[in-house]
Amino acid sequence: MAGLHKSEISNPVLNWIDSRLPIFTMIQKEYGVFPTPRNFNYFWNFGALAMINLVIMIATGIFLAMNYTPHATMAFDSVERIMRDVNNGWLLRYVHANGASMFFIVVYIHMLRSLYYGSYKAPRELLWILGVIILLLMMATAFMGYVLPWGQMSYWGATVITNLFSAFPIVGESIVTWLWGGYSVDNATLNRFFSLHYLLPFVLVGVVFLHVAALHVTGSNNPLGIDVKTPQDTLPFHPYYTMKDSVGICVYLLVFAILVFFAPNYLGHSDNYIPANPLVTPAHIVPEWYFLPFYAILRSVPDKLGGVLLMFGSIGVLAVLPWLDTSPVRSASFRPVYRILFWVLVLACVVLGIAGGKPAEGVWVWLSRVATAYYFLHFLVILPILGKFERPLPLPESISRAVLGRDGGFGGGGGGLMPGGAVAKPMEKA
Amino acid sequence: MAESAAAPHVAPEMGGAEVTKRDFLKLVAGAGAAVGAGAIVWPMVDSMNPAADVLALSSTTVDLAPVIPGQAITISWRGKPVFVRHRTLDEIAKAHADDKARLPDPAADATRVKVGREQWLIVVGICTHLGCIPLGNRSTEVRGEYGGWFCPCHGSHYDTSGRIRQGPAPANLAVPPYAFESDTKIKIG
Repeated sequence: MAGLHKSEISNPVLNWIDSRLPIFTMIQKEYGVFPTPRNFNYFWNFGALAMINLVIMIATGIFLAMNYTPHATMAFDSVERIMRDVNNGWLLRYVHANGASMFFIVVYIHMLRSLYYGSYKAPRELLWILGVIILLLMMATAFMGYVLPWGQMSYWGATVITNLFSAFPIVGESIVTWLWGGYSVDNATLNRFFSLHYLLPFVLVGVVFLHVAALHVTGSNNPLGIDVKTPQDTLPFHPYYTMKDSVGICVYLLVFAILVFFAPNYLGHSDNYIPANPLVTPAHIVPEWYFLPFYAILRSVPDKLGGVLLMFGSIGVLAVLPWLDTSPVRSASFRPVYRILFWVLVLACVVLGIAGGKPAEGVWVWLSRVATAYYFLHFLVILPILGKFERPLPLPESISRAVLGRDGGFGGGGGGLMPGGAVAKPMEKA
Repeated sequence: MAESAAAPHVAPEMGGAEVTKRDFLKLVAGAGAAVGAGAIVWPMVDSMNPAADVLALSSTTVDLAPVIPGQAITISWRGKPVFVRHRTLDEIAKAHADDKARLPDPAADATRVKVGREQWLIVVGICTHLGCIPLGNRSTEVRGEYGGWFCPCHGSHYDTSGRIRQGPAPANLAVPPYAFESDTKIKIG
């Protein structure tokens, strides 16, 4: 039987398929017996949650597109028709709109998890960079999706964001005209945004696939940030983490449902229920909440090009983070100083988020400047230096030792590997 | 090239390997494929530029007679708002006086209006920062520190000549191409 995969699947039909295209073997290997660190906490749910969220967005989006009209004179009315006349249209749209917010909540927590536990460090640098690319794609997709209802915030958000590119010298204006397909945001712009909003999620699926593929080469990081050394440090992905992820998915769906059914417009902006008017700018333009920190960085600089560069730089700096953080210790649990600075960074991001939603005046300008300064100092100055001076706490010998050790503490006492019998018995996770 | 095809010689950058006809063919094939790919991509990229119907912009004629001194109107040209402001003598004097002030984008008031018709200031009503429409065309709206326009988005102040005076905007409000057809009629575009 040269040329056929030697499948171990017992069902004859599945075996026939698996011998010719070993997808069942692959699923078993990557999601069944896949060795996963045994000490995950619930922050390790968020990758799976993000994946579920992407599926929900694509599914609802496909059905919304069946009733949406991407034309400047009809888009707003077609969205209202979805809300009022289309069967369950309100549900699809509210799930899709709030799904965008849920997606960013999930992904931001996923990123903070990586920052806290040092998941971006070697050998997972490329995995992290793929994640930054996913974030950029998500932002582009979310921005263009927000334009589609063609309300006042849609229109003026599109105008402000596309005008960012006019900050670049010489070619800026041509780029903006090219992005618009005209001399202002208009029907041509709406059309292309719809086209790209439909395309980019599938590009996201591709990059997510690479993200997961890279993860399955290096294996997952874990709350201790130390490498898996022996099989005793791991559990098979199924049923242990399929179950743990399922618990997380239930909580996630609960939060999602509360948003959709009880506060569907809480995270939106009422001005977007006013049809787009190219001759009137709303008095107070704000982007969606998940862009507010970046918007605050943009406005914190009194120079147009400077603000734009700093805003893009705030994401660019994440891409090179694996080389900025010089500490060999991954988990903040063993980095007493970094652990504090991590929360300062979180605070700076929250301040930026709040300041981004306020008018650019008075104390908010200064708060956003201070927070912007800290954001860049944290990554560009503090992390490179900190790794050389910080004295990390002693690391545990192994994951299994830390999880199953009878002394209950990290790294206490000597001792080598756990005896084989001890591993088989206690299957509960810490 | 002719030389290398005819008589193989040793290229130092290739680590001493001989340059053969096959290398030449690879280069030509690769270059041909690159040109071909570009020829396919360019029409797609260019299709996103303004289409012919958008480019064939109509000009707009505006009747100025009903606009009294101190009043301003907004008209739509190329899908953009254009501010037509009938300036008072005070406002003109202020704009002249500020010619010598420190301006982020220096321009004399005389270069922004037509000679002999200084009372008419005609500018594109789009903030040069990020494209919002400044307030101030209605007398009930905020006009900013300099009595011209104020952009509510990010706080840019424009003076009575439409020049940027304060805030993040880098340039003055643009003056569109226009001409007086009569004393009370202008053609924009």
